[in-house]
Amino acid sequence: MPYPKFLALSGYLLFSLFSACATADATIVAVAANFTKPMTEIAEIFAKATGHSAKLAFGSSAKFVSQIENGAPFEVFLSADESGPAKLDSDGYAVAGTRFTYALGKLVLWSAQPGLVDAQGQVLTTGSFKHLAVADPKLAPYGAAAIDFLKRKQLLEKIQPLLVLGENITQTHQFVSTGNAELGFVALSQVIENGKIGSGSGWIIPSSEYSSIKQGAVLLQAGAENPAAVALVKFLKSTEALAIIRKYGYDLADK
Amino acid sequence: MLTTADIATIWLTLKLAVISTVIMLIIGTPIAWWLAQTQSRWKGIGNTLVALPMVLPPSVLGFYLLVLMGPKGMIGQLTLKLGLGTLPFTFEGLVIASVLYSIPFVVQPLQTAFAAIGKQPLEAAATLRASPLDTFFTVVIPLARPGFLTATILGFAHTVGEFGVVLMVGGNIPDKTRVVSVQIYNHVEALEYEQAHLLAGGLLLFSFTVLLIMYSVLKTSPVAHPVK
Repeated sequence: MPYPKFLALSGYLLFSLFSACATADATIVAVAANFTKPMTEIAEIFAKATGHSAKLAFGSSAKFVSQIENGAPFEVFLSADESGPAKLDSDGYAVAGTRFTYALGKLVLWSAQPGLVDAQGQVLTTGSFKHLAVADPKLAPYGAAAIDFLKRKQLLEKIQPLLVLGENITQTHQFVSTGNAELGFVALSQVIENGKIGSGSGWIIPSSEYSSIKQGAVLLQAGAENPAAVALVKFLKSTEALAIIRKYGYDLADK
Repeated sequence: MLTTADIATIWLTLKLAVISTVIMLIIGTPIAWWLAQTQSRWKGIGNTLVALPMVLPPSVLGFYLLVLMGPKGMIGQLTLKLGLGTLPFTFEGLVIASVLYSIPFVVQPLQTAFAAIGKQPLEAAATLRASPLDTFFTVVIPLARPGFLTATILGFAHTVGEFGVVLMVGGNIPDKTRVVSVQIYNHVEALEYEQAHLLAGGLLLFSFTVLLIMYSVLKTSPVAHPVK
């Protein structure tokens, strides 16, 4: 390609890149790993409904808090708990008054093997298994809820040596779905298909048996002036978004 | 101060690095010798396979190991048949992962050292009626000593510094698979910077010292040169 032509072309490409950034607003969102599937769907209809786009990053809630406090450019944060957004709020990284609970998480004892997990979770006391996967309770609220459940059932001491810790709930699910851990505590949203557990076997643990998983969202300082970020926070409360959230097995917070 | 949990991760890391390095030297020596001597058309493939773990992201290696060593994977089925159970979440599994991950750092310095010996000493030994095995132990190994030192140090240090693969196949179990690098990561994520600093600083000092010894005392280059 002749040199001037190449220059013109790259100039044109650069120009269109910048102008694209200027017209369509995009927002960068940190999403707790358990909310991966619903948020992917919500982002799609959000783009259709508003013309804005949401770029999603998935990971453990604690990691995101740590990253945001160290200058990560996330504009909206969907945590798996309420304490993460609360901490960001009190430390001055969130926009005051924007915190709300967008979903109540459900914990599932799940195995990739059909028939292994019974409807009462008896497998925990009677079953023979070598590994039980749990998300790291220090980093992931679903892990903390699972440990709380085991404590209440007075099973923790017995099961402790069998625990394998996933860095977040996605890795925990991966440990179980590859069969490396016979069973594990995952989020209902990860295994639900058309209203019931899609494959393997699982027990949806009654919400009364573990500390509730109130998932909080917040608008972050970096997104305070971004119309796309503000619109996304609003959109999360829309009927379309709530329908998706419910479809993945979450309960909605009381009004 | 370091907690007992932190200290346990240090011991485990050292144990993993020592065992992996010994295994890498045992496996790596014949591989390096073959690669240094052969004119076979498979040499290119051999060099490629050995170098592959250096360029693959640990997530790729970790993902394949998790699937292959799992109960549905080829290796997993084999270990299950042998009555060994499956390897992920075990110390033995980490050793295998570490050997795969760090072996280029052992093979390449050895290969360079073997190639540098040249044909003459081997031919001289042969005329003195030394058997090939004899030649290897009495001629090649002493001549390739700097290569062995470099290979040992690099293999050891690289295993200590391993993170991604361990995170993916380890399951973060205290005393079994929770190594220093994973512990640091967890401290950082949990905003426990003070404890993270202690371990991270220690690891930095360790790596610096190891490389300093290699560059100034042993005066060897850790960078493997492609063997002609």
